[in-house]
This record gives sequence, structure tokens and C-alpha cells, in this order.
Amino acid sequence: MQVLFTLCGLVAVGFVLVITVYLVLSGIPAIREIGLFPFLFGKTWSASQDQYGILPLILTSIYGTAGAIVIGVPIGFFTAVFLAKAAPKRLANLLRPAVSLLAGIPSVVYGLVGMCVLVPALRNALHLPAGDSLLAAILVLAVMILPSIISLSETALEAVPKEYEEASMALGATKLETYFRISAPAAKSGIAAAVVLGIGRAIGEAMAIMMVAGNVANMPALTRSVRFLTTGISIELNYSQDGSLQRQALFSVGLVLFLFIMLINAFLNLVLKREKEA
Amino acid sequence: MRRKLYEIIGWGILYGCAGITASLLLFLIGYILFRGIGGISWQFLSTAESVIQGTVGILPAIQNTVFVIVVSLVVSIPLGVGAAVYLTEYARNRRFVAAIEFASETLAGIPSIIYALVGVILFCTALKLQKTLLAGSLTLVIMILPTIIRSTQESLKTVPQSYREGALGLGSGKWHMIRTVVLPSSVDGIVTGCILAVGRVVGESAVLMYTAGMSMAMQNFSLDRMASASGATLTVALYHYAKENADFSVAFSIATILLILTVLINFSASFLGRRLKRS
Repeated sequence: MQVLFTLCGLVAVGFVLVITVYLVLSGIPAIREIGLFPFLFGKTWSASQDQYGILPLILTSIYGTAGAIVIGVPIGFFTAVFLAKAAPKRLANLLRPAVSLLAGIPSVVYGLVGMCVLVPALRNALHLPAGDSLLAAILVLAVMILPSIISLSETALEAVPKEYEEASMALGATKLETYFRISAPAAKSGIAAAVVLGIGRAIGEAMAIMMVAGNVANMPALTRSVRFLTTGISIELNYSQDGSLQRQALFSVGLVLFLFIMLINAFLNLVLKREKEA
Repeated sequence: MRRKLYEIIGWGILYGCAGITASLLLFLIGYILFRGIGGISWQFLSTAESVIQGTVGILPAIQNTVFVIVVSLVVSIPLGVGAAVYLTEYARNRRFVAAIEFASETLAGIPSIIYALVGVILFCTALKLQKTLLAGSLTLVIMILPTIIRSTQESLKTVPQSYREGALGLGSGKWHMIRTVVLPSSVDGIVTGCILAVGRVVGESAVLMYTAGMSMAMQNFSLDRMASASGATLTVALYHYAKENADFSVAFSIATILLILTVLINFSASFLGRRLKRS
């Protein structure tokens, strides 16, 4: 029996190995053919010209994620402080399931609402020819990372020992000063983990932003139609010929994305480990 | 004076941000229901799309979703529960445990578009399953495995050590002890894990779009044809109607159904989670 259970445990390790090996093996041929430098820093991605440079995709992913973090983290952090510390109990009990519902809504639904509400609104507000843009993607991503930032920061804030806060208030600090100057710094590594997790979510999201970002491989600008690393894969995967350079280049994009994610995960583990030690 | 200003602004920001979060959700729910609920009827739920009659129905998508849920759970429950049992009951080698937990965390952090690629390379092409619901379900197995491992592990850890000692003291073997004492008392956690996994499967679209196909036709699920069935689940159908057909009322009706499913899944997971905590 033990052998059987050991095998089950090994399956997870096996999957990770298989995924890594397959991604590397199928990602390398196109990079070989195109050349690492022209692949990573080429500014044109065009299947019809057989040119596959992914700099616009990389930059779009970085800008998009940064934008989502800049908007999502403050809102998420303050909501978490509200939920963990400031909210009346009844209100918190109402808001908490709402946050987990936000986390559970499928990404295509976010994409659909973004497509029907946000995109036309942006077009009208900014007088653009089309509202499909980096800005629309950033806003959708900001909403999508909100729940994970809120729930992780809230957990971290709730783990702060009561004595810290009591001591601070006994010294004459107001509640608010205590939350921001005592509780938040004490929970900072947990909050950092929340931000890193948010980055991972944002950089990996594909379907929702495929519906709002326009999907043209431009160099990123807020009001321009853009293509992310994730949507770069998803938009062409169904149309590329098996075995063609285009298909292989998509696998290479996958490899780059995978490396990004592994980097973020390693960083997340580091942050969490430090929190455990503290 | 400055302190007072700080107070006012601070509380304003706190309530403001919580308000933004809450109103986002209210707006999403309200808007989706407003645009989607009108299109839902018995005929919408119980028939396939018919060009001749000009009617839209999503029965095939519902069937495909159920098929994918069942197949991926049937494969991943034994694997996930087995791995969790190994980790909490058998494992002695610390390094080995760390490796498995690291692997499971890594799997949990990989985005679904990467799973889609892996599914296309591994299941559809290398294992020659083609674009089928089976290939999609097997890809999802890898994706939901960490969820099941983690929640089973959590609940196995809450089983008191004295139960185990009692069973072993009465002369039961290790496997007998696990089967009759440990697993039954952690069944809540396993079920919670499964519900969360169902949630991920229902909400997943990228993987299934590229590994399971986008057809909206009725499938033949008889035993000999099952392996070659290929079609869209609810989320993929939503994408199909919104982006390729620009038929938004159907898309919002599917979104309404997905929203209701999400509420049900969240509610039952948190209900079970609370029961788990109490016991």
C-alpha cells in the first residue's frame, strides 16, 4: 500500500518535470532558428512575414502587470485593512463572501463585462477609434487581482498580535494610526506576498484580456491595441499549422512566460519563507 | 489639527476602498443578471443550437462541462488524496516531502495558458488524443491536483493523533487504520477540495478552448464514442458567442448561469469549511 501512496506523491513531482521538459524541448527549436537575440528583442511579430520578435509582448506584459498592481494593490490593501481591523463585524461578514465571489467569477465573464462596458466607455471618454487597449486590459486585470490581494493581506493583518495594537493605543495613538503604523508594518511580509501573488495572477491571465486588449502586437501604449505574452499564445494557437515555425514560436513564447512565472514563484517562496521565520 | 485631518482622510480612504470593492461586485452581478436573465428559458437550457429553427440552446455545453468535471475528478481524486495520505501518514524523508510540496505549489502557480500549451503538446499531439474532451479533462487533472492535495492534507492534519494511536493500539494495520479511521474523519476536507476543484474546472476556459474544441453540437457520450467527443464547455461557449458571433445576449445568459454556479460552489465550500473548523 505504501508503494501506491508514494507513487501518488511522486505524480505531482512527475507532472512538474514533464511540463518543464516539454516546454523547454518544444520552446527551443524556434529560438534556435530565429536566434535568441532577434527573438527576445525583435520589435515585429508577424506570422505573414515570418517574423517573430517578442519585445512588444514582453513589454506589454510588464506594463500591463505594473499598471494592474498600481491600481489594484492600494484598493486591495485598504479594503483588507478595513476588513481585518476597521469594519463593524456585520459589515465585514457581508463583505468577505463578496470578495471570495469576486475570486470565483470565471475570467471569461470578466472579459465579457469588460468588452461590453469598459471598452465602449473608454472609447467614448477618450475619443478613441476603438476602446480595445492596454488601459482596458489594465483595468480588467486590476479588478481580477483584487480578491487575492485582499484575502492574503487580510490574513496577514489578522495574524498581527493583539498586544502590539493594544500597546500602541494605550500610548495614545488613534485606531487609524495604529492600523497604518503598527499593524501594517508588522504584516508587511504577508502583504508583500499578496502583491507578488497578484503579479503572478496578472502576468498569467489570458482569456479576459484577450477579449479587451485588441490583440495587435504593437509596442505598448495606454490607448493602443496590444498583445500580451499570454494572449500572444492564445490568439494564434488555434490557427497555427502543426510543426510550422509559427507554432514553434508560440511554444517559445510559452517558455519565456514559464520562466517569468517560475521567477515570480521563487520570489514568492522567498517572501513567504521569510515571513515564517519572522 | 493635522492629526484630525489625517483621521478624516484615513477613514475616508478605508471606507472608500471597501466601497469600491463592494460596488464593483454589485455592479458586476447586477449588470450580468440584467442583460442575461431574460434569455434563460427551459428551451435555452434543454436543447442544442438549431440554425433551421433559429433557436439557441446550450445543452451540449452543459453536458460537456459535466463530462469534463466528472472525468477530471475521477482521475485526480485518487491521485490527490493518495499524495496527501503519503505526505501526512507515510513520508519519513523530509527532503522528499519538501520536493512534493514544492511541486504542488509550482503546479498551483502555473497559469492556465501554459497548461493549455502543455495539453496541446502532451495530450493532443504526443498521446494522439486529438482535440477531445478527454484530452481537456486530463490536462485539467494536472491543474486541480494541487487544490485536492492541499485541502486533503489540511484536513488529515486535523485528525487527532490519539485516533491513530487508538486504532494501531487495537491491533489494526497501518492501511486498515487509514481506511477506517483517518480518511472517514477527514472526508469534509476532501469534499471541500473537490468543490474548489469543480470551481476551477467550471471557470476554466483557456485550457479547454485549445484542448477540447469549440463545437456547440450535441455529443455522443456512448461508451465507444466517449474518447472522441469534442466540444465547448460553458465558459468556452461564452467566449465563442461573445467574440466570434458577437451575440452578447446569449453570452450574458451563459454568464448568468456561470455566476449562479459560482455562488453555489462558494457557498457550499465555505459551509463545509466552517463545519470542518468546528469539528
